[in-house]
Amino acid sequence: MLSPDRPFPLFLQKIESLGRISTKWVNSLGFGTSLLYQSVFWICWGSRRKQQVRLEAIVSQMMEVGILALPIVSLVSITIGLMLAIQGIDALKDFGAEHQVTYGVALSVVREFAPLITGILIAGRSGSAFAARLSTMMINNEIDALRVMGINPVRFLVVPSLVAMMIMVPLLTLWADIVALLGAGLYITTALGISMGTYIGQTIAYLGTADALHGLGKSFVFGILITLVGVINGSSVTGGAEGVGHVTTRAVVHSILALILADLLIVFLLTR
Amino acid sequence: MPLSELEPIIEVIDLTTHYGSRKILNGISLTVHKGEVMVIMGGSGSGKSTLLRHLIGLEHPSSGNIKLLGQDIRNMTEHDMTQLYRKVGVAFQSGALFSSMTVGENIMLPLREHTKLDQKTMEIMARLKLEVVNLAGFEDLMPSELSGGMLKRAAFARAVIMDPVLLFCDEPSAGLDPVVSSSLDELILRLKDALDMTIVVVTHELESAFRIADRITVLDKGDILTIGTVDDVRASDNRRIQDLLNRHFEEEILDPDAYLARLTGESEALFSQV
Repeated sequence: MLSPDRPFPLFLQKIESLGRISTKWVNSLGFGTSLLYQSVFWICWGSRRKQQVRLEAIVSQMMEVGILALPIVSLVSITIGLMLAIQGIDALKDFGAEHQVTYGVALSVVREFAPLITGILIAGRSGSAFAARLSTMMINNEIDALRVMGINPVRFLVVPSLVAMMIMVPLLTLWADIVALLGAGLYITTALGISMGTYIGQTIAYLGTADALHGLGKSFVFGILITLVGVINGSSVTGGAEGVGHVTTRAVVHSILALILADLLIVFLLTR
Repeated sequence: MPLSELEPIIEVIDLTTHYGSRKILNGISLTVHKGEVMVIMGGSGSGKSTLLRHLIGLEHPSSGNIKLLGQDIRNMTEHDMTQLYRKVGVAFQSGALFSSMTVGENIMLPLREHTKLDQKTMEIMARLKLEVVNLAGFEDLMPSELSGGMLKRAAFARAVIMDPVLLFCDEPSAGLDPVVSSSLDELILRLKDALDMTIVVVTHELESAFRIADRITVLDKGDILTIGTVDDVRASDNRRIQDLLNRHFEEEILDPDAYLARLTGESEALFSQV
């Protein structure tokens, strides 16, 4: 018999805990969907409500998300390209098929590595910054201040970041494609004794439009996910500076998890 | 003119709200008339900040109605609330200035969002409001470069940039020294006279409340103890109100010299033990 004086049995506590976590995830999913809907609403109908999304805010976010991330994306991409080339040649050498490395590297970079690595970098760099910014604003009553000024926080804060992510993550992925393939080319041309022109020609011949679209389409989805996960975590802040640190870390972990799961789902649906 | 003949700007009718199972506001009813300074006063946990959040539409009550400028905010769409907010200013306790913008950009933000004024005109208007709050020349500084009192002044400037009919101030004197606190009180009175505003101030500072209020609403544990003029509140024989007033006066009779002598004596005794 259960009474307030007696604690729940352990298995009931576990079930309760599972229920709480599930409810929290379903809540977050609902909030994310609502945010996406509201964002689309403000993009499409903001000007009709005389609350258009400011172009300068989008450009500023594009600068922050995209242009300032170019050095780190370039560095990581060229390293990934080089590693894939080294590993690929080494693995294919056993079968005497090292000349096929260009094909393997091209496909794996464009369809998988460039979008995923770029997404993870942007989640760590911009997703965390967005969650930190939003949570700090929550704590300082800045979101309340926006509301009572008649400024919708989703339109003012979320939409510029979302649009910037939707544009810049695919563009950064395209850049990562080029840099990683050139990085791989540096090693492949040396190791296989072919010219850079031959390597580039082979790469272009192997890659189809569908491959490029597959990678860029995924990165577009990743951009949306990074923003939404940042907002959901940032707006759930409690406490002071410690809370900001907590939601920022959680935003990065959740973003990376969301990217990998979304990647798996997209690959499962489109590749088999 | 009798109060009953003045236009009501805020009407709160039987407002009740809960956080979970805990009742925070218990059937609050009050009216704020045009041109008056209404101070909502009470100790910690009295529900004054919750009442303010309901008045400005940031929280929704469990039951009861709130009318701002004649409009029932419970049944308003977001679009209508946006229109209403253009006539309302709020100065938050922390200032709530946007840390990524300069003071000037913060103050111009409502103009930028709600009007089609050109940059030059917005800058002139922002400078004028900064002059009203004695912060002229500070528009290019970041909020992090301002002191606590200056932050609150800048928040006032932003709150009144659209020349609102109604101004809400949340704990304007909290955490400030008496001189700065007094100057903010004067600022509130100046805003009322110069811009003909109705002002609602939430505070727990008695000195400040008595200085600026036309009427005071005293809250305690979610109930209204009294609504009246400063003299009415001072003369009230309600035990809870007297407790609230006397606590303050007990603090006031603290003799700084005696306190300093005690501190010095204690530290000397401490050093003599080493």
